[in-house]
Amino acid sequence: MKLNRKENEFDVIIVGGGATGAGTARDCALRGLKVLLIERHDFAAGATGRNHGLLHSGARYAVTDGESATECIKENMILRRIASHCVEENDGLFISLPEDDINYQATFVEACRKAGINAEIIDPAEARIMEPSVNPSIIGAVKVPDGSVDPFRLTIANIVDAKQHGATVLTYHELVEFIKEGNKVVGVKAINHRDKSVVSFYAPLTINAGGIWGHLIAEKVGVKVNMFPAKGSLLIFGHRVNNVVLNRCRKPANADILVPGDTICLIGTTSSRVGFDEIDDIKVTADEVDLLLREGEKLAPALAYTRILRAYAGVRPLVAADNDASGRSISRGIVLLDHATRDGVEGFATITGGKLMTYRLMAEWATDLACRKLGVNACCVTAEQPLPGSRPAEPESNTKSKTFDLQLDKNRSSVHRHGDMASKISSANEMDNSLVCECEDVTVGEVDFALKELDVNNLVDLRRRTRVGMGTCQGELCACRAAGLLAEAHKCTAKAKNDLAKFLNERWKGAYPVAWGEALREAEYTQWVYGAICGMENNKE
Amino acid sequence: MKFDTIIIGGGLAGLTCGIALQRQGVKCAIVSAGHSALHFSSGSFDLLNTLPDGTPVESPLKAMESLHATHPYAKIGSGRIKALADEAKSLLCSCGVAVKGDAETPHLRFTPMGTTKPTWLSFEEIATLDKPGVSLGEKLLIVNFAGFLDFNTAFIAKELEAAGSKCSVTSVSIPEINRLRINPTEMRATNIAKTLDNPQVLTSLITILNSRAAGHDAIVLPHVFGFASDAALHRLRSEVKATIHLIPTMPPSVPGIRAQRTLRHAFEQLGGVYMLGDTVVRAEIENHSVKRIFTENHSDIALTASHYVLASGHFFSKGLVATPQGVYEPVFGCDVIFDKDRNNWYNESMLNCQEYISFGVETNSALLTLEGGTPITNLYAIGSVLGGCNAVSEGCGAGVALLTALAVAHTIKG
Repeated sequence: MKLNRKENEFDVIIVGGGATGAGTARDCALRGLKVLLIERHDFAAGATGRNHGLLHSGARYAVTDGESATECIKENMILRRIASHCVEENDGLFISLPEDDINYQATFVEACRKAGINAEIIDPAEARIMEPSVNPSIIGAVKVPDGSVDPFRLTIANIVDAKQHGATVLTYHELVEFIKEGNKVVGVKAINHRDKSVVSFYAPLTINAGGIWGHLIAEKVGVKVNMFPAKGSLLIFGHRVNNVVLNRCRKPANADILVPGDTICLIGTTSSRVGFDEIDDIKVTADEVDLLLREGEKLAPALAYTRILRAYAGVRPLVAADNDASGRSISRGIVLLDHATRDGVEGFATITGGKLMTYRLMAEWATDLACRKLGVNACCVTAEQPLPGSRPAEPESNTKSKTFDLQLDKNRSSVHRHGDMASKISSANEMDNSLVCECEDVTVGEVDFALKELDVNNLVDLRRRTRVGMGTCQGELCACRAAGLLAEAHKCTAKAKNDLAKFLNERWKGAYPVAWGEALREAEYTQWVYGAICGMENNKE
Repeated sequence: MKFDTIIIGGGLAGLTCGIALQRQGVKCAIVSAGHSALHFSSGSFDLLNTLPDGTPVESPLKAMESLHATHPYAKIGSGRIKALADEAKSLLCSCGVAVKGDAETPHLRFTPMGTTKPTWLSFEEIATLDKPGVSLGEKLLIVNFAGFLDFNTAFIAKELEAAGSKCSVTSVSIPEINRLRINPTEMRATNIAKTLDNPQVLTSLITILNSRAAGHDAIVLPHVFGFASDAALHRLRSEVKATIHLIPTMPPSVPGIRAQRTLRHAFEQLGGVYMLGDTVVRAEIENHSVKRIFTENHSDIALTASHYVLASGHFFSKGLVATPQGVYEPVFGCDVIFDKDRNNWYNESMLNCQEYISFGVETNSALLTLEGGTPITNLYAIGSVLGGCNAVSEGCGAGVALLTALAVAHTIKG
């Protein structure tokens, strides 16, 4: 990319395209700052897209971390308003099993009240009616305002709004080094992974929103943030076993949350310390799978005979505060570091810690700091302004009345996925309505929309925007179909084929740790289709 | 109910074995749970493309000699392969499944991605190449149906151009086929083929093809012709004024399903009993001999026979079942070859050789199954339920199915 000095000068550069970076880009843009966001892979490719997708009520942290709990419940209520197309208002239950201490329930409810979380003790019989899949032997139940949130949708909605307000957003751009003048960071050099060019960008402030990778980003400028990489593994089941989020009413432990989302449900997590050398290629072990299953069945016995779709893991960006070996007692609180005051490095700040739930608040804090430093007087409006996708539908008398069917059909998955943005999805001709992914109801029109409007560079990006290949078959036929559309859009079949192999490998990485029973049957079929029928081989890269 | 031989599984292996036996006067029943792997055919039958160590095979018959004794081909005996391969081809052709190719010199088939792969037999009507480096024609017109995504014209054009052809791509829109899109999941090869079985719809297509054929040596089409019979194929060839090259689509496979139906018909014509939609639920084995089996549909009515043939397929067909603890064969519980450590089942890279695909039923050299290491004296295993070979990485699935089926048919007939 060729940029002249003016074009590559910004007020703020944000490094990292997770929820926090995307949220910060949006907040900065809404407050009138000229902002650039660079992301080395794709949006939501790190911890943002590798968690439960739980819209925490905060109850989980109420006893151990009151401050986080209070932040959670506030943000929970805000997200229901501003990101309604990303949220399922499912409610949650904290259940006590015969092996749990029922006395903990009183402590728990009291802590919730202190944090402002509406926690209501209900009769176990009522809980069984509210959530029929729950372990019938429960001895106690507390109802809380938990929910589910789609982190991919949430991040993309922030990006779309940031761009609509003038932000520049570059995926597949990785920070190589900081540009410094004396002790002051004045910009960054980034490599564009698509054409391998190195581009310089300038801004008086760079915000590190790199999640766990923020540790390594800070090191590049000689600053130690001392993060604590804590791996958490999860399993996705092929059915939505429960409609209500199920938690264990005890001190946070392994595999004690079961979250429904879209057509599936998720059990997690484990927690174990990993080295920084592992964070780019996190694997789920057979032992973790066994543990998640063992504990998950205690929440909902049906999990024992429910097909597992895949296993995956994320790395929590916790800031190490003590020598806790598990990483569980560390605060999930937000950490905003102004490296000018902390380390004497001007023009550089880090926003980290926190959780997906508090991404908006983290963005607000970071943007407040940016405004202070840049002398801009503008208030944060992100708690009030709905995100694209969650705005009231435009009046019917719109000029776009030539595209029909899809928009009128509110049951269509694309409307569920993109909210009011679905009106941009074309269904004008027979090609647009052709189905790419049958499991997830993704049309050619939706793929085109994602390619044009949602910064899609490859099939894995496309999956994060549309759920292509996320259904029960895990990309059997849709992968090849989508690759064909990508080849036409990008006018490059070689890249599309390469993408297809990468996409299949990415799906397989999550499938093989749980590949037995039905999952192995599906895997064998996919193997047959691509290995034998299509004769695909690994690229010798 | 009493038969001479009962075959569990009605796919390529089971039907081939059943037809060969019926022709010899052996009364057979086939118990078939449903879809066979022929529904997902590549359009060709591979014999052996790669050795287990990854070496590409140029001459399958010679390469057979180097296979380990546990490989199904080695159990048949490399000396018998050529005769059995010829017998398989003539069996298919005589049943009405027209195939081309021979075991000595592999030809090339086209994949739905437009690439080519060596193979043994191909359905007569599909486009193949005799050897690498030749093209389908100088100027090709690639035709697809609007909105049909399982035939990837961009990929195919790229490959055909790399082989020296000039390609133009066009799409046709036929109202009767567009109607399939009312339910978008219907836009599949088989449903298009069913629609094109209607002579009037086919006439519309032929008219369009003839109007666009000028200036091209040949027309390349997805293989979506002839679902119920090969009538559409004949008309396409005789009425379109250009050479037609059919390329296999992504599954389901139109020629594969027609072959499945044709073979079943041939088996039934010979007097065989084909129990479709039935599943064997239980077997009684005494003194290492199968006494009787029970099926879902026949509940407590036992099926008995002198010989039993297990042709139930691999994991996908439920001939094998995997649990986190291990792999078992669900009908007879016969011995299975698999790795006890689940961590060794998979390779992290999907397109690399996956060890789990080589798991399967263990047999002695006569393809008799084993029970705790001792042969079950009247239970044979054929086709992909067999362990000891990797159908995907070696490219030997159809060959193993056809040849083990015939070898066992010979053994049973004596």
